[in-house]
Amino acid sequence: MELDLAQFLTSNFQQFWEFTGFHNVTYEHLIMICVGLFFMYLAIKKDFEPMLLVPIGFGILVGNIPFQMGNEIGIYEEGSVLNILYNGVRAGWYPPLIFLGIGAMTDFSALLANPKLMLVGAAAQFGIFGAYMVALWLGFMPDQAAAIAIIGGADGPTAIFLSSKLAPNLMGAIAVSAYSYMALVPVIQPPIMRLFTTKKERLIRMKPARAVSQNEKILFPIFGLLLTCFFVPSGLPLLGMLFFGNLLRESGVTTRLAKTASNALTDIVTMLLGLTVGASTQASEFLTKETILIFALGFMAFVIASASGVLFVKFFNLFLGKDKKINPLIGNAGVSAVPMSARISNNMGLKYDPSNYLLMHAMGPNVAGVIGSAVAAGVLLGFLG
Amino acid sequence: MLLCFTASIASFAQGRRGLYINEVMVQNDSNYVDDYGLRHGWIELYNSTYNHMEISTVFLTNDSTNPTKYPVPRGDVHTDIPARQHVLFFADNEPNKGTFHISFSLTLGKENWIGLYDTDGKTLLDQVYVPADLKANQTYALKADGVTAGDGKFDPAFWEVRDGSNEKYITPSSNNVIIDTNENIEKFRTHDSSGIVMTIVAMLIVFSALILLSLCFYLFGYINSRSARRKKAIAHLGEEAGSEVAADKVRHDSGEEIAAIAMALYEHLNTHDLEETILTINKVKRTYSPWSSKIYMLRETPVRR
Repeated sequence: MELDLAQFLTSNFQQFWEFTGFHNVTYEHLIMICVGLFFMYLAIKKDFEPMLLVPIGFGILVGNIPFQMGNEIGIYEEGSVLNILYNGVRAGWYPPLIFLGIGAMTDFSALLANPKLMLVGAAAQFGIFGAYMVALWLGFMPDQAAAIAIIGGADGPTAIFLSSKLAPNLMGAIAVSAYSYMALVPVIQPPIMRLFTTKKERLIRMKPARAVSQNEKILFPIFGLLLTCFFVPSGLPLLGMLFFGNLLRESGVTTRLAKTASNALTDIVTMLLGLTVGASTQASEFLTKETILIFALGFMAFVIASASGVLFVKFFNLFLGKDKKINPLIGNAGVSAVPMSARISNNMGLKYDPSNYLLMHAMGPNVAGVIGSAVAAGVLLGFLG
Repeated sequence: MLLCFTASIASFAQGRRGLYINEVMVQNDSNYVDDYGLRHGWIELYNSTYNHMEISTVFLTNDSTNPTKYPVPRGDVHTDIPARQHVLFFADNEPNKGTFHISFSLTLGKENWIGLYDTDGKTLLDQVYVPADLKANQTYALKADGVTAGDGKFDPAFWEVRDGSNEKYITPSSNNVIIDTNENIEKFRTHDSSGIVMTIVAMLIVFSALILLSLCFYLFGYINSRSARRKKAIAHLGEEAGSEVAADKVRHDSGEEIAAIAMALYEHLNTHDLEETILTINKVKRTYSPWSSKIYMLRETPVRR
């Protein structure tokens, strides 16, 4: 009887042991856990996009706790809590909600005061299509290449939205790559800006922007929606929500809605999006050769996008009068990492001339980049969806 | 009026527009079998919308004088057709066998008219005249799924006879046109393997959209600054340039006057200027901590006496 009890206890402990993470762990899990810890280190110690990297980093830990499948625990197990929350990413309804918040918290005055800066936002989208060509050359299918290339737009929600439609199997890697590079904007962009500009160009002072009337601010989301979405209806979920959020902000009569959209709603969706995107990087699904290629292509897309923004400003300056020249240091802000890349422009400008504040000028191409990348995503979805 | 508009939209949305007769077999000798292992003629319906459609209580008939001949029964989960999908009804005149066995059969060698009516029994959703020369095991099918003349009209140009050969395949409960590749992707893979065309076209579109937007806001900016200049001119010239009332209104809004009023109010409300620099330190007798807060506790912290 005692022996039976001992045997029973042993078998119970063995069963429990087989159930634990210690038994099921593989080196892939450990690699991913290290990646998650690194993301949290960057966010907490280095202050790199903490709003994104803390949820994503922690999500990576959540997604890489080893477990036995079949208990409705994992993010890829139908009916599990994480799977239900992940539906917002998979079906692509978190990104438009984030865009609603972005619209509600973005002041487009800088862009309206100087509408030609919209072209800088358009030029930076070349990063997307440069990466698209390289991805095709590496052997990716056109839909996969497009989903990877959108990382060059430096816009996490857009990247998730497009990849959920065109290449759902690559979405985890694309999302993590997009958010990682967005967080690393302060590291990636300055060398590119220095490489393509001369000292004289970095000292260019731009004229202060004119005051923008309330009417213009109200008309912007309405005309913005009509013009961009008539061109690219497939961008409607993102652009529609972006401009709707902005109208809530600028109309002056829906302050409560604008506050909710820009605070509570955005915070909730950001948490859920970050956590589930992080958790979707389950080692078995994530650590593949494609992931490495996606990270490499994403980096390249980011570099091309930043460089093309800067080079376009230089090209544009050839046609502008002496007192209307644009400082090419705001070209990098054409990527839609708002407001980080505009801050980089400002910091770089101040480094070379401590009284040359470029922030408000850089916000123009920065928010144009948000619109540009959503239009580019719409174009890709329209052609390849 | 708003209520009427909403109600009319809602009633339109509840209709079964987008439901079509997709393929019909009159005589079935060697084709699809039913749940009982028997063969009958069949009628395939297709939900051409991009949303699922519940088709219970729509009517199928082969008699235009009796449009409600076979009402699709309620309460069967299979009558909810997913987006762009099909459902098959066996024309065996044995409705008691189940939801998908209808109350009439089709006759070989003569023209068969089939009508599909909406839930009101009056609105003809779709109809088809199956030609009399259709042979056994052949179907009369839409060339492309759900592409018809529309509005309940029948146009034979959209239909074809299918004999089961490799080119004219018969597809009960499946798409009439089998799609095994994404045409868009294949097109770009074949004609634009380097991605240059996509890059040029897409960048042109992105630039066009943003150029149009920037032109639009140049125009708004121009109109706005002109109107601001005009207001300023009216304020300065007053009686000469505009009416007295307009000039007065603009003058009242001038920055100098507002600044003067604001300054006077500030002086009036801030009479204790000196006290602003006095720092008062009050000792808090009871140090606050969430652990001792009444908000978080039902009882006060016990005091030792």
